[in-house]
Amino acid sequence: MQTVAEPLTTTGALREFLHALPGVDEVGATARAAALSTRSIKNEAKAWAIDLAIRMVDLTTLEGMDTPAKVRAMCAKALRPDPTDPTVPSVAAVCVYGDMAAIARASVGSALHVAAVATAFPSGRASQEVKLHDVRDAVAAGADEIDMVIDRGAFLAGNYGLVNEQIVGVKAACGTAHLKVILETGELRTLDNVRRASWLAMMAGADFIKTSTGKVPVAATPPVTIVMLQAVRDYYALTGTRIGVKPAGGIRTSKDAIKYLVLIKETAGEAWLTPDLFRFGASTLLNDLLLQRQRMATGHYSGPDYVTID
Amino acid sequence: MNDRVEVRKTYKLFIGGAFPRSESGRTYEVHDTDDKFLANAAKASRKDGRDAVLAARKGFAAWSSATAYNRGQVLYRVAEVMEGRRDQFITDVQAAEGLGDKKSARVVDSAIDRLVWYAGWADKYAQVLGNTNPVAGPYFNFTIPEPTGVVAAVAPQDSSLLGLVSVIAPTVVTGNALIVIASTKCPIPAITLTEVLATADVPAGVINVLTGDPAEIAPWLASHGDVNAIDLTGVTSQDLAKQLEIEAAGTVKRVRRPAQPNWLTTPDLGRLASFVETKTVWHPIGA
Repeated sequence: MQTVAEPLTTTGALREFLHALPGVDEVGATARAAALSTRSIKNEAKAWAIDLAIRMVDLTTLEGMDTPAKVRAMCAKALRPDPTDPTVPSVAAVCVYGDMAAIARASVGSALHVAAVATAFPSGRASQEVKLHDVRDAVAAGADEIDMVIDRGAFLAGNYGLVNEQIVGVKAACGTAHLKVILETGELRTLDNVRRASWLAMMAGADFIKTSTGKVPVAATPPVTIVMLQAVRDYYALTGTRIGVKPAGGIRTSKDAIKYLVLIKETAGEAWLTPDLFRFGASTLLNDLLLQRQRMATGHYSGPDYVTID
Repeated sequence: MNDRVEVRKTYKLFIGGAFPRSESGRTYEVHDTDDKFLANAAKASRKDGRDAVLAARKGFAAWSSATAYNRGQVLYRVAEVMEGRRDQFITDVQAAEGLGDKKSARVVDSAIDRLVWYAGWADKYAQVLGNTNPVAGPYFNFTIPEPTGVVAAVAPQDSSLLGLVSVIAPTVVTGNALIVIASTKCPIPAITLTEVLATADVPAGVINVLTGDPAEIAPWLASHGDVNAIDLTGVTSQDLAKQLEIEAAGTVKRVRRPAQPNWLTTPDLGRLASFVETKTVWHPIGA
């Protein structure tokens, strides 16, 4: 693989680089994900994995019907997921729409990160000025993580220069806030495209690459996550910089979450087993993690009556 | 000479309207009363029990809000489909319980009639178990029976079809969702019944049938936070019954103690009343 001596900015230079990346063996990636998902994690290892998964959750509400009260309630849950058990750790961050960032920040103080989706989420169909304004608004309101969406239309049309320019612009507008770049892998169609989009985002300055908005039918899947984890691993080997990964959407059970932890350890390595470098974008996952935790603490199965409804 | 290759059967569980293998992958051999091999049945684990609870909770939402009339029709449809498979049930019961031709036919007919009997109660039990209470004030005061929720039951060990149906029908007709552990020794009639349930308009998850050892699965259901009641009818060991009652107390479940009636006699409303909650509401009388 060639080294990135200076930033590639033009469509032509980016195409040359991205299309020289090795192709992804889709059957192999699926088989690898399936093989790793059969690993049995029990007892102390499971308890450790559940607590780590809770600490990695970006507790999310991205609905048109979000109200200030709903966001405040979610923030309370993010700080103290299980009010009956003080040993349960807080989640990593709350993830809301930009206009709710101020409410979320006021609720969680400095205890948690506040992530805001910006840049005309979820479609990304707006002019660059509108997107940048969206980002500055969210940062000013107190968001310290920005989840942006890439322009999939431009990416699929091969206009890599435009996508790169947009990410670079948003990164500059973020200031000190962390930038998560949503690739919307369900719309990229092939794993080759996932690999190319991952590299494009990382080279343009992403701190995290994120699978999905959660608004299209196909969200995070294990094979896609493997490809992205391989990309951050290779990028680290090349540049010495660790980029984070965030699968979002469709991860609802503790079992699924633990499978993802296995994927991280076996693909990117143990260095990524931290909330600074791996997050789950989820809303219902947290309740299932809490139920499993209660099951391990009490010795009997718990039920949805014993966790809060969100 | 009959040189046809025998079709050897390995049956599966019935959870959420589907037929999964046991998560544990285990099976056990089922023999008739002469110790002749009949088939392999799935040996459910506690995880299968948990999956069944999840399925039942899902099924409960739609089933409990269906109209009483609709629930009655669905149970009646189960009876219809059973009637179509009458001969198979007679063969199954004969092999399982070692009964003669006439006796097993009587048992199967009683099981079908039992379903029709309970189906008829679907839109009538509320009038008997509920009430309009006289109160001193300008109010109506109604007492209404509502379904308890997810019920786990251990089916009778000896009466593999009639006893099973007599446990299932009164529980689900009131709108509960059920997880039932079939007779360990003779699960085949229960398995045939699952094939009936799957094709008789019963919504997925409303009735879930596990085969295996109640001593292994029932304690996990008794202590499960999302199970609202437990029916110990088929628990033959007093020690196990006691243990299950203690487990159930941890989450304040409704418990029906072991009772082995003569299944052939017409029942009373006791089983219906076991798994309903009475709700009493005050309603102002308009001018």
